[in-house]
Amino acid sequence: MTTVWLNDESREVPAGTTVAALMAEHGVPERGVAVALDGAVVPRASWATVRLLEGARLEVLTAVQGG
Amino acid sequence: MDPLVIGDRKFGSRLIMGTGGASGLAVLERALVASGTELTTVAMRRLDAGGGPGVLALLERLGIEVLPNTAGCRTAAEAVHTARMAREALETDLVKLEVVHDERTLLPDPIELLDAAEQLVDDGFTVLPYTNDDPVLAAKLADAGCAAVMPLGAPIGTGLGIRNPHNIEMITSAASVPVVLDAGIGTASEAAQAMELGCDAVLLATAVTRASDPWAMAHAMRLGVEAGRLARGAGRIPRRHWAQASSPQVE
Repeated sequence: MTTVWLNDESREVPAGTTVAALMAEHGVPERGVAVALDGAVVPRASWATVRLLEGARLEVLTAVQGG
Repeated sequence: MDPLVIGDRKFGSRLIMGTGGASGLAVLERALVASGTELTTVAMRRLDAGGGPGVLALLERLGIEVLPNTAGCRTAAEAVHTARMAREALETDLVKLEVVHDERTLLPDPIELLDAAEQLVDDGFTVLPYTNDDPVLAAKLADAGCAAVMPLGAPIGTGLGIRNPHNIEMITSAASVPVVLDAGIGTASEAAQAMELGCDAVLLATAVTRASDPWAMAHAMRLGVEAGRLARGAGRIPRRHWAQASSPQVE
């Protein structure tokens, strides 16, 4: 297993888990969200191919009321 | 009214709305419809922070273009990152760039703001910076390639109106890009005043969403912006010291 951080909470995932798999597991919607891995935006088209390494830090943002 | 042109977009309404402070989506919907707005801000927050994408679905259903902001960012680096996340999430190159200095005033940090604006323009964004009522900074932001400049009337959420009308007028009279009066508006006469000072649009949220009757205030703001725009174009009479009779003299 690999430890990754999702919005600052630790998660144990199988080695080689992709961004897409982690998002699906947490019910993250397909639209209206963005993911950054270690501070860099991961384009949606790359979710299925980017694999998470030990200690990876993921940030998932969406739009809320504001401004 | 003639359309508001920002970058390659045209908007029939010159009132840009925010969504913050509304007590619920139903209240927000009624207010947005009453305002007639075609462009409305949202903030970017962590998915687990609650709220969810309800506001996006609402804007989509109402046919209102979404304007993501970088609220909460204190540095250029944070704001650039948030803008890139917003572009990815919302599939828009528009960004309301906010880089504030501190929580108490929420005033823009001019140095970080200009830095972030330059980076985002280089990265292909259509940048609408929330800025101080400083004519020099506004000119520098426009020169940096921002699609509009958005000076404050007063600090965010204060409802103090336009504290320095002369500065706003200096900004509008020298502007090479649209000027949007952003923040500080408390009531409709102040929205009209912004337009009379030569602003191209008004951006407000709190004045509507926290009004006792958001629907009525949204409608009032729409009329205020329209009235101010018309009055600006109509050419007001010069101010006089002494009276000037408007009826014929008695013979």
